[in-house]
Amino acid sequence: MRPLKRLGRSFDKYWYGWAMAAPVVIVMLVLVGYPFIWGAYLSTTNADESNIGHDIGVNHIPPSYHSVGLHNYWDILSGNDGHFYSTLTWTLIWTFVNVFFHITIGLGLAVLLNRKIRFRGGYRLMLILPWAVPGFVAAFAWRLLYNDNGVFNAVLKYFGMHGVQWLAQPTSAKIAVIAVNVWMGVPFMMVSFLGGLQTIPKELYEAAEMDGATAWQRFRMVTLPGLRPVMMTVTLLGVIWTFNKFDVIFLVTEGGPAGSTDILVTHAYQVAFANIRQYAEAASYGVVILSMLLVFATVYRRSQAKLEVQA
Amino acid sequence: MSAATESVNPTTPGRAAGRATGRATGQAAGRAVAEPGKKYSRTRRSPLASVAIHATLIAASFIAIFPIVWVALTSLKTKDGQWAHPGDFSHLNFGNYSQVLNDTDFLTWFRNSLIVSVGTMALAVFIAATCGYAVSRMRFPGFRATMWLLLVVQMFPIAVLIVPLYNIMSKLHLVNSFGGLILVYCTTAVPYCAWMLKGYFDTIPIDIDEAGKVDGLSPFGTFWRLVLPLARPGLAVTAFYSFLTAWAEVAFANTFMQSSDKYTLAVGLRTFVSQYKGEWGLMTAASVLIAIPAGVMFLLVQRNLVAGLTSGSAKG
Repeated sequence: MRPLKRLGRSFDKYWYGWAMAAPVVIVMLVLVGYPFIWGAYLSTTNADESNIGHDIGVNHIPPSYHSVGLHNYWDILSGNDGHFYSTLTWTLIWTFVNVFFHITIGLGLAVLLNRKIRFRGGYRLMLILPWAVPGFVAAFAWRLLYNDNGVFNAVLKYFGMHGVQWLAQPTSAKIAVIAVNVWMGVPFMMVSFLGGLQTIPKELYEAAEMDGATAWQRFRMVTLPGLRPVMMTVTLLGVIWTFNKFDVIFLVTEGGPAGSTDILVTHAYQVAFANIRQYAEAASYGVVILSMLLVFATVYRRSQAKLEVQA
Repeated sequence: MSAATESVNPTTPGRAAGRATGRATGQAAGRAVAEPGKKYSRTRRSPLASVAIHATLIAASFIAIFPIVWVALTSLKTKDGQWAHPGDFSHLNFGNYSQVLNDTDFLTWFRNSLIVSVGTMALAVFIAATCGYAVSRMRFPGFRATMWLLLVVQMFPIAVLIVPLYNIMSKLHLVNSFGGLILVYCTTAVPYCAWMLKGYFDTIPIDIDEAGKVDGLSPFGTFWRLVLPLARPGLAVTAFYSFLTAWAEVAFANTFMQSSDKYTLAVGLRTFVSQYKGEWGLMTAASVLIAIPAGVMFLLVQRNLVAGLTSGSAKG
């Protein structure tokens, strides 16, 4: 009777919590959990366009793919498919460079905007504007700038230099997509940091100034520690979002030239939906990507928790 | 801190002194007098520093708005191939706009995007709000797992979901339908909205809930009658966010919507500039038409956006 009573009591007590959280949990399990399990299963098969099973008119063609065990993973991780390691390297560079610039530029601008200066509202408005532009519009806008007959080349030519085929060479294409993504991502970071700065008590700055700390010392000793919670969240989110950033690369270069700007996500998409649809291989890529992010998030949270204990 | 005091740079002693007097008078006569002291120290910034700050901000603002301004300018160029002459600003008129509106499927795509975005917004905000409230206020068993789920789901790359979702949706005959796309968008919109709303609910004093309880309201009644009205700015922000998620999404729309009459803007626009042709006139005019409403809405909610985001991220 006792445990039952306790269960009953805990049900009475937590009923509302469960009921209110349930819709989201159910939606997530149905829309993310189930497809994920199915995707994980697909990744151990040889499913592709030809054998996945489909309807042609009234005829139903049953699926005929079969299990191949871990073959797809072996194919990817051993480097046999010829794309994984080059794409992974570029994905890591892409993520690191983007997040680095997002944070440093975003933080720098936030610190400047947090001061009492003239036209502050105006600056803030202009600096936030890229955020208001939908990603695909921004991608097309930048393609216009990068065009062989675009404004960048016009400026180069004006100064007597040769135009650059920005999106046709691997190096310049990589720089180009990073520039687009940095441009798009800075406002979010800036706004997050601005919010964080406002939570730092003014008294701390006054005390630091009393102690004769220089501007740089106040920044290092007061501002940075004060921003730690915000910094931690935006870094984590920034890494995850950038790692999976699809639209910029897909719309600006389509992964070209010759796949050199493809990150893992866009590469997996090409595998799944371009030419012959290799569903199984794409699903394996997906699982690999997700595992890497999970490991990263776990390690990152742990290390941050440790830092917090030390501080 | 002694090293710090020794290495103060030459311009700071004046500042520190100003501050110190401010502080001294402040201590003598209370807070009201401390204010002028503050102002005094603020005006001590050297003109050089001011110039540097403004120069940096002007440069950054220029970079921020240049691509937008440039697209708007290009959209007014109607002469054939004029876009390819960046310095040529003759023949500016609204011809591209009338062409986009009259001779292309732009309005259909616009309507489609609107249907999908509003649908996503309504569904996502409604279920995210209850969940956000639950994890903000109630420490029920499974609470940690729910929070973890919300975070992990945001990590799911589309690549891992797009293939199975595509297969499932095609089995359910939801490919090329608005309903299917709305459901798919909820996978990204819902967890983030719930996460953000949790942060927002955290900022609403718990006394409100207790007052509701005292007045005999059920937890859901408290949520519906007391907390939701207070959370209106937070709700506006999440609504806006989920709207934009759907409005700007590319990968799913590109895969799921297969006939031109079902394209959303992100997919349709691509047909203007492919590798083989560049209808930049149409493209830029359409871009402006898309960006203006989004931009206006954005500017309306941006103040709340800041609060919503930071309360969410600071507590993470």
